[in-house]
Amino acid sequence: MINASLTELRAALDAGKISSVELATLFLDRIERLDPSLNAFITVDRDGALEAARAADARLAAGDAGPLTGIPLAHKDVFCTEGVLTTCGSKMLANFVSPYDAHVVSLLKAAGAVSLGKTNMDEFAMGSSNENSHFGPAKNPWDTTRIPGGSSGGSAAAVAARLVPIATGTDTGGSVRQPAALTGVTGIKPTYGVVSRYGMIAYASSLDQGGAFGASAADCAQLLTAMAGFDPRDSTSLERPAEDYSRELAAPAAGRPLAGLRIGLPKEFFGAGMADDVRAAVEAALDEYRALGATTVDVSLPNAQLAIPAYYVIAPAEASSNLSRFDGVRYGHRAAEYRDLAEMYSKSRAEGFGAEVKRRILVGTYVLSHGYYDAYYLQAQKLRRLIAQDFQAALAGCDIIAGPTSPTTAWAIGEKSDDPVQMYLSDIYTIAVNLAGLPGLSHPCGFGAGELPVGLQLVGDYFSEARLLNAAHRFQQASDWHLRRPAIAA
Amino acid sequence: MSLSTEQVRRIATLARIELSAAEAEATRGKLNGIFGLIEQMQAVDTTGVEPMSHPQDVAQRLRPDVATEPDRRDAFQRIAPQTEAGLYLVPKVIE
Repeated sequence: MINASLTELRAALDAGKISSVELATLFLDRIERLDPSLNAFITVDRDGALEAARAADARLAAGDAGPLTGIPLAHKDVFCTEGVLTTCGSKMLANFVSPYDAHVVSLLKAAGAVSLGKTNMDEFAMGSSNENSHFGPAKNPWDTTRIPGGSSGGSAAAVAARLVPIATGTDTGGSVRQPAALTGVTGIKPTYGVVSRYGMIAYASSLDQGGAFGASAADCAQLLTAMAGFDPRDSTSLERPAEDYSRELAAPAAGRPLAGLRIGLPKEFFGAGMADDVRAAVEAALDEYRALGATTVDVSLPNAQLAIPAYYVIAPAEASSNLSRFDGVRYGHRAAEYRDLAEMYSKSRAEGFGAEVKRRILVGTYVLSHGYYDAYYLQAQKLRRLIAQDFQAALAGCDIIAGPTSPTTAWAIGEKSDDPVQMYLSDIYTIAVNLAGLPGLSHPCGFGAGELPVGLQLVGDYFSEARLLNAAHRFQQASDWHLRRPAIAA
Repeated sequence: MSLSTEQVRRIATLARIELSAAEAEATRGKLNGIFGLIEQMQAVDTTGVEPMSHPQDVAQRLRPDVATEPDRRDAFQRIAPQTEAGLYLVPKVIE
């Protein structure tokens, strides 16, 4: 059961081979036993999970079960959960029990999914290693001396170690795809606007997007289908008809199921920055795609190197505005001692925020301050346009774009934690996709040195999630990288 | 570009984050590294490029002007540091 796909879990629940309560208990017991060495969870909600599982069992008995009814999952701690601690990985919200549910959380509750708890993350989703969590770093299940990636590191580690079958995440600059790659799981970030941001604690609002983790593209497709949809409470939510992201997956496996698919390889993603072991795994995966019938063409994203500088203006600028709400007045941390209102603000924020969050607020405050707006924020938004246009030009000559998700495999805890710039550069292949607002997926495609997972990133045009998931699914039907498990999950 | 410690302290004041002298100095080094990265932007000629704030360029939706939120003041104030009679309490601002 631990390694079962969602389809297999669904069949077992529907056939009465296992109850939802038994399934939840199985995973809760694993969390209790294994999470002390992984720190993938900030909060485990055993009572709430068992109550939801009992309700799911009642729905099953009444013949009222949907695709996710009775399926255990976990939420990244950036999603507000009514009555359950929602910390966003921060001391600022260490006492915050949300009075409402995020849209994604209510959708999954209504679907009958059983939330086991809240996963660890970089504070306010700012980080690429999960080391910026106030609650200590989550560990990579393949090697617990290494980082699981970030910012959704806890969700990725939990799925990789089979502490939960599927988990939610968010991706502002790579925070679903990069940890998916570094922990050997599949993760998808849809087109900006597809998943509601309501109740998803805001970091950089023009880039933040909810996403899904699973062991396979098929599992991710089912979770994303349940998470997506128009929500009037998010002003950037897109009014589009609901989609079944699994719709292309049912077609029977053929010898060359990807015949006709043109995969663009941006030369900027295959340059000197990529580690040799990552390159070898990515090239082998591309050979497999060719064997499945796809053709590859060279494309170019000439402004790709500007994505990181543009992102580190836009994201901090929006963060400095979003995080101004944490003032010690309505919720969250308030300093114990202060002389006046101004000092209450500045002490509460100094005590409540960690070092990286403070740095990004300061960068954002500076670039938005009087006299600097045009040179920084406006210039970054213009570069964002150029980067988005590069993708459109590239996608005119191919159906999807492929390349490495991360330039290296998982690094050691502490290796980059004192050097923000080195940390930022680890997202070099993922950030441009957020700036353009395109969907991106990462799936396991092999192992590098030290038996550490390597991910392949697929990027498509707006609303091409089903196509990306189908391509990854066909790859996974023909390979077994996604079925490899770390020793801890055996 | 290189920020002085005085500039760092000024930004911190604007951002309402208390920084000690030692923190300001350590932060200055890190921020200058970050701005070194950001400055690469300035080499690009973006004359005539329209800034992009949203990938889909959608217009803001309008809705009928009716109240949609229920009154949940008690639930929201239960998690506040200090309230009284339905009000949030802060230190006295006007003497």
